[in-house]
Amino acid sequence: MRYETPSTAKEAVSLMAKEKGIAYILAGGTDLLVKMKAGMIEPDLVVDIKRVKGMNEIKKGAGGYSIGAAVPCVAILENAAFVKAWPGVADAANLIGSRQVQGRSTMTGNMCNASPAADSVPALVAAGAKVSIAGPKGNRKLAVEDVAAGVGRNNLKKGEIITSIDLPKKAAKSGDAYLRFTPRTEMDIAVVSVGVNLTLDGKGVITKARVALGAVSTTVLLVKEAAKAIIGTKLDDAAKANLAALCSAACKPIDDKRGTIEFRTDVAGVLARRAAETAYARAGGK
Amino acid sequence: MPLDQDLEIKKFKVIGTRVRRPDGVDKVTGRARYGADTSAPGQLVALVLRSPHPHAIIKKIDISKAEKLAGVKAIITSADLPDLTNGDRAMLDILENCMARKKVLYDGHAVAAVAAIDATTARAALKLIKVDYQILPHVTDVDEALKPTSPVIHDHIFTDGIEPKPTKASNFNKQAEYGHGDLDAGFAEADVIIEKSYKTEQTHQGYIEPHSCLASVSPDGAAEMWVCTQGHFVYRNQCAALLGLDANKLRVTASEIGGGFGGKTHIWTEPLALALSRKANRPVKLTMSREEVFRCTGPTSSTSIDVKIGAKKDGTITAAFAELRYHGGAFPSNWAEFGAMTTWACYDIKNCKSLSKDAIVNRPKTAAYRAPSAPQSCFAVENTIDEVAKAIGMDPVELRIKNAAKEGTKSSYGPVYGPIGIGATLQAAKNHPHMKAPLAKDTGRGMACGFWFNFGGQTCVDLNVTPDGTITVAVGTMDVGGSRASLALAAAEELGVPYEAVRVIVADTSSLGHNDMTDGSRGTFSSSMAAVFAARNAITILRERAAKTWEIPVDDVEWVDGEAKAKGASRGNLAPLTLKDLAKGAGGTGGPIAGHSEIVADNAGVSFGTHICDAHVDKETGKTTITRYTVIQDAGKAMHPSYVEGQYQGGAAQGIGWALNEEYVYGTNGRLQNAAFLDYRIPVCSDLPMIDTQILEIPNPHHPYGVRGVGETPIVPPLAAVSIAVTNATGVRMHHIPMSPPRILKAIKSAKM
Repeated sequence: MRYETPSTAKEAVSLMAKEKGIAYILAGGTDLLVKMKAGMIEPDLVVDIKRVKGMNEIKKGAGGYSIGAAVPCVAILENAAFVKAWPGVADAANLIGSRQVQGRSTMTGNMCNASPAADSVPALVAAGAKVSIAGPKGNRKLAVEDVAAGVGRNNLKKGEIITSIDLPKKAAKSGDAYLRFTPRTEMDIAVVSVGVNLTLDGKGVITKARVALGAVSTTVLLVKEAAKAIIGTKLDDAAKANLAALCSAACKPIDDKRGTIEFRTDVAGVLARRAAETAYARAGGK
Repeated sequence: MPLDQDLEIKKFKVIGTRVRRPDGVDKVTGRARYGADTSAPGQLVALVLRSPHPHAIIKKIDISKAEKLAGVKAIITSADLPDLTNGDRAMLDILENCMARKKVLYDGHAVAAVAAIDATTARAALKLIKVDYQILPHVTDVDEALKPTSPVIHDHIFTDGIEPKPTKASNFNKQAEYGHGDLDAGFAEADVIIEKSYKTEQTHQGYIEPHSCLASVSPDGAAEMWVCTQGHFVYRNQCAALLGLDANKLRVTASEIGGGFGGKTHIWTEPLALALSRKANRPVKLTMSREEVFRCTGPTSSTSIDVKIGAKKDGTITAAFAELRYHGGAFPSNWAEFGAMTTWACYDIKNCKSLSKDAIVNRPKTAAYRAPSAPQSCFAVENTIDEVAKAIGMDPVELRIKNAAKEGTKSSYGPVYGPIGIGATLQAAKNHPHMKAPLAKDTGRGMACGFWFNFGGQTCVDLNVTPDGTITVAVGTMDVGGSRASLALAAAEELGVPYEAVRVIVADTSSLGHNDMTDGSRGTFSSSMAAVFAARNAITILRERAAKTWEIPVDDVEWVDGEAKAKGASRGNLAPLTLKDLAKGAGGTGGPIAGHSEIVADNAGVSFGTHICDAHVDKETGKTTITRYTVIQDAGKAMHPSYVEGQYQGGAAQGIGWALNEEYVYGTNGRLQNAAFLDYRIPVCSDLPMIDTQILEIPNPHHPYGVRGVGETPIVPPLAAVSIAVTNATGVRMHHIPMSPPRILKAIKSAKM
């Protein structure tokens, strides 16, 4: 196995594109190294991107925040301005593994690993985030909800790597929230998860909404009909009931060791309602 | 050895104090050596090939390609482990569990093992071994296994305990019955009869340290093994017997242990490491992965239990019956029988009976897990008792107090109790502030009591006085729960020296006689008794040396506060001889000074505990949070209260995990689905409240200081206490452990319909 530490994205892309064997990007390694240790994968090439210029930075530009692909979750949590702007995304970063894991793990890696239960994805989908991709045929952008292709598969082409996650400019009177259900308080993986991002008008009426569900399908779902059901409301009880029902209806879960179809379907609605209440309050709604 | 006569008035000097633990610094700094921390020059790495099928005939194993791989030094299959057991079926079962012979019996059953120069080579070699399986139908559920339609796992098992003995082989390996009185008459007397059925799922001890050993067999037949175990003498005896070695030539050293809880009382891969080492003529290190620990070591039984209790309106239990169905995994066992023996042990019931049915299923061999079999039966019994209390409108603590066993009660499993602590723990629970504290919304309170037998067994202790007058103590019973501190306290107490003057080690198998393994809460009970004996024997010698020095009769020398003193008015001018003086002069008075003790520590003293639990349930998601927990237990005498409290808290923590989330999930294909800590959910710190403890001390009359074993009883009541708390929070009786959120939510929804 070869281990490379390129200093530019271009170099990293070139290494990945040229490799004929099995190649993996190493960011935090909290998935990759575990899989290697378990003998699940045996890469021929590992490209560590932690030394790539800019990949370790959280930048705030005119368009909004940009989180480098190698930024560990703790760096996000220690950026007070970011946490204030995107508390839901920060909550997601704060729920991955444990503090020790967060010292290494990255949101980009979490996304590329393409688990339907990935904690960072529903919050980023709700936030309307995109990823910047560098590849042998140039750069492109992709919506976060389009990164995963299925369980454990992503839509990156040979040689392509994600360089950053780009969040839109935070709208006035907007708020986001992320909730997940796990039997334990930490060191656990979502059985169901919900990300909600709301924008209100001056009267507290919801004008824009995005709702995303995790762990209830092969990829994270953007549930447009559930968002539509609360737009134009002040998140009254009827709106919340509609939201919950539509989220439950959107679920396409499986029975497995972590939960049943029935449980996931029921709890998706409950969490959607609770997350919407938090997002609404964070947006300044009363 | 009886309780010291003067115990009532005895004032301990160091026993009962919270001295610093001797292994603490090394453990928190990483210096302590665990199973995988010992290495030898030229050692090989061993890996085991395991069956992906729960039940299959091994038609052929082809190792020819793997053998040719560069770096592979030895490959073994069952052909390298001939049956040397001479008709001892129990030993053959042990060997067959370590390496499958004609059939694989569970997902993860070993079929071959490789020793290679590194892990990469060993992994590649495993992939080159071809096993031709003929897949057979399998069964993993205990009730299914007992049905006549079930696939039969062993053709040599004919149910024991049934007359006449069946002539058809089955998975029902043993039936047993305990109890006394006339059930029909008892139920006829009852005003209320409650009859319920319960299920508990299979759990693992969840020790953090995986099994690991380093084995080195020399061509001259002498061998050494360094291993993580709860009983290195038992490992030695069994490995030597299975491999045809003389026990004296296999020297086994126990490492520090990162948890065992019963799971390290059995040999698993150790004979494989020895066989590989013998074949390769190199030292071999074999360390299990976490996945292997879950799939291939010894979890507890999953169970199915029916309980029927009859009581009068005044709370008197008139009759009680239970049928318990447990399994031993893929091999015959008596876990259900153990459960049946504990069923009614807390109570004085005129007419009681328990019937056990032990089954065999296609799961890994069941091993002991902390008070094995008792938590499950306690869960079923205590929930039914709680329902009886509700049915007659009596406080559940009062109902238990009314029926509690006491000194002189004939227990349901036979013996008549001596002084016991069940009544005292119940009274303490009744008076505990926890019992009266207000409850928050959606929170319920439950209480339950539990029992464990405890065990004594064989122990050896050597106590040596060093030339500088400090003390070394060597014991052969493994320290899994702090026994080294307790032994040092016992030696210091007897010799009248400071705790810090005594250093205790666990000696290897060539240094002492046979010691039983550390199970049955016997570590501190038996070893401290042997340490007291050894110290008293050393004192006899110290007095003799002083007598020789002074040239007076030994009867005129007494040992007081670490010094020899001459008795009698005429000897006032003789200055006391300290331990230091006598140690320094030992070379001139007869040589090194030591005390030995080799004992069978009988009458461990039964143990009882009562637990109180508050549980909050989120009724929309089924998630339970334990908000308060109290453990009250009789310790006989707490030699080191911090360790005792640690045992109470640890048992409760494991019991809470078992009650709420821990469970083996098998697919319909008979494969374990969650062989990792991510999906086998033991609680993390933030899942638990601070667990309060209260130590009661009702002396055990058979130990010089009154000590009882304390390690196991704390895991007995939690399944019951937590489930009753959840029932009181939700209004729905929970009959199935663990009470995972999907199970609770489903129960709440079903009750609403």
